[in-house]
Amino acid sequence: MKELSLHILDIMQNSIAANASLVQLTVVEDPEADTLSFTIEDNGKGMPPEMVTQVMNPFVTGRTTRRVGLGIPLLKAAAEQTGGNINLSSTLGEGTVISALFGYSHIDRQPLGDMAGTMLGLITSYEDIDFVYRHRVGKEEYTLSTKEMREILGDVSFSQPEVMLWLSEFLKENEAALYGGNDTESNH
Amino acid sequence: MKSLADLEAIRKKTLDQVTLRKDEDGVRIIVGMATCGIAAGARPVMNAFMEEVAKRNLEHVAITQTGCIGMCRLEPIVEVILPDKEKVTYVKMSPEKVAKVVAEHIVNGNPVTEYTIGAAE
Ligand SMILES: Nc1ncnc2c1ncn2[C@@H]1O[C@H](COP(=O)(O)OP(=O)(O)O)[C@@H](O)[C@H]1O
Ligand SMILES: [Mg+2]
Repeated sequence: MKELSLHILDIMQNSIAANASLVQLTVVEDPEADTLSFTIEDNGKGMPPEMVTQVMNPFVTGRTTRRVGLGIPLLKAAAEQTGGNINLSSTLGEGTVISALFGYSHIDRQPLGDMAGTMLGLITSYEDIDFVYRHRVGKEEYTLSTKEMREILGDVSFSQPEVMLWLSEFLKENEAALYGGNDTESNH
Repeated sequence: MKSLADLEAIRKKTLDQVTLRKDEDGVRIIVGMATCGIAAGARPVMNAFMEEVAKRNLEHVAITQTGCIGMCRLEPIVEVILPDKEKVTYVKMSPEKVAKVVAEHIVNGNPVTEYTIGAAE
């Protein structure tokens, strides 16, 4: 993957496949601690402990013939190559939490990339799932809750062109503001 | 800055302007967003469709992603389904190809055969 935001999109698809109705993503960039981390928490169907072990170590599990995915191992490799790691904990019937830690200034760390693009596609594709997205960079942060937006929108869909455009701009502006907001009317 | 207050205004305006149609009357665009698809560039393809559809203000188009289409070598894959028509599968899509698919297929009803799975095989 070229960007961490693509890993995030891929890992959030796991939560959706697990029938989560609430998916919470937190991304924290902490230049002082020289770390970038993110956590994805869902209330989907979860996994039994054996499965967690297998998913984390797909190449050492020996002779299971079951197809194992690539998403989590790819994320693990991406984190480890920056001196970081990933953590996966899951409870069957309750949900899953996966987090990843990266060395912020490590030369092999992929850029975070287009978080607005990742969130826009998810929110408009899965209208019956609640997403909470929080992004912090140093002391700046913002939080988006689709539940809050849906309460305002009522019956109007996120995929209405005007709503989609608004959401796209909202995400882009808030992301830019985190980095000092060189967007047009920045007043930071 | 865009704020939640804008949403309220958009809602009112949208409710005034359009009679909300049901999804089954409309066009469906489905972008494969499994690991392979994402790695091959499916996200910018989806975002390009969203932008193009919003720009043309096409009201009856639902763009969604799915975790499971899965033919790595042909990703990014996009399925387009017009009402009462066979599904058309576009392969090896890129943001550059999107405007043409929207203009010719979604607006005018003529699939862009050179981008379809049939042409790639
Ligand atoms: N959030 C989750 N909730 C439940 N099961 C999960 C979750 N994330 C991963 N899994 C399980 O772990 C497997 C491996 O995930 P992954 O490495 O992303 O590969 P893939 O999604 O292609 O199968 C999934 O198929 C699923 O069974
Ligand atoms: Mg996966």
